[in-house]
Amino acid sequence: MTMSVSGVLLFMVSCVLVNNYIFSRFLGCCPFLGVSSKVETATGMGMAVMFVMGLASLFTWLVYHYVLVPLQLTYLDTIAFILVIAALVQFVEMFMKKSMKALYNALGIYLPLITTNCAVLGAAILNITESYSLIEAVLNGVFSAAGFLLAITLMAGVRERLESSNIPESMKGFPISLVTAGLLSIAFMGFAGLVK
Amino acid sequence: MPKANKPSLRGVFLNGVFNENPTFRLVLGVCPTLASTTAALNGVGMGLAATFVLVGSNVVISLLRKFIPDKVRIPAFVVVICTFVTIVQMLMQAFLPPLYDALGIFIPLIVVNCIILARAEAFACKNGVLASGMDGLGMGLGFTLALTLIGSVRELIGSGSLFGMNLLGAAYEPMLLLVLAPGAFITFGLILGGINAITARSQKKKAAKGGASA
Repeated sequence: MTMSVSGVLLFMVSCVLVNNYIFSRFLGCCPFLGVSSKVETATGMGMAVMFVMGLASLFTWLVYHYVLVPLQLTYLDTIAFILVIAALVQFVEMFMKKSMKALYNALGIYLPLITTNCAVLGAAILNITESYSLIEAVLNGVFSAAGFLLAITLMAGVRERLESSNIPESMKGFPISLVTAGLLSIAFMGFAGLVK
Repeated sequence: MPKANKPSLRGVFLNGVFNENPTFRLVLGVCPTLASTTAALNGVGMGLAATFVLVGSNVVISLLRKFIPDKVRIPAFVVVICTFVTIVQMLMQAFLPPLYDALGIFIPLIVVNCIILARAEAFACKNGVLASGMDGLGMGLGFTLALTLIGSVRELIGSGSLFGMNLLGAAYEPMLLLVLAPGAFITFGLILGGINAITARSQKKKAAKGGASA
């Protein structure tokens, strides 16, 4: 399938707003709740996820179609993907440390956390189950991660304000964050039906 | 030795179910908790699948703990966990296809469920086989219990039924929001808040009692 410019734009709207990974698919909720107390760290995490998810989509797609399918080992996809992602994260970290010092200082601390971010493995698996082409798979990875970046930044903005508000003792921390996420999720439901 | 071991095994088990309940106390594994609790039965299925993986991976990692070099332990753990997840995935696809379809992508994603890696790292690689298995069982059942609770609440209010049985009758207008994505966040948040409130109250009572008796 070839993609026109408008096709790409529609795909982007679909990934970022309509099928947002956090608010409608529940992928990547652990870092979403764990790293969203400050806007600055939240954007850092979001950027790192975007970088890794694009690369991971590319490599897992290649591994699946050029290694697992010819060898008839497709039932090992989970194990192969997680190893590819772990290795990739390690390489990116080493490469960044060596030759992209500024980027490493900004994103470095988030990189090890990404291996266990289910959004990355989730995107890799979804790329296969939805039978995307290579370009679609990479776009899906990057745009879905952009949706994650949007969600975590919004959440961090709200949580910074929550800090100074009067919350019942037992609702502090995770409970109020979850309810906040629920309300944000209702807002995102408004985008449903925008793109098929 | 067995005398000293027995109560601690029970303690390890109960610790996972109550004191350190992975969902309500440690707040780990949030994604499957939110995604698989649209109905009580899905919650039970996800919980039991994770329990199987937890027990299996804890036992194997505990057996291998003296052979795995410290530097590559995380990748080694992940491979062990992944093996069990693949087994669960295949068994479920063969014998429970409706549940397999309902849980979808979240079955392979058990691999990145932080509870499992956390227990491997915090417990199984330091303790004996029996204790590790027990820890996996306790943590897994605690997780299952939590998912069943959240799933029951969402199913009861969101579609008026429990485990597929219609309880509230035709006159009840289901509150669809609770079955949809926002309902997952809000229900989990409110239950978590409620549990915090109950714990705080019982602790206060205990402290008051302790103060009076001392």
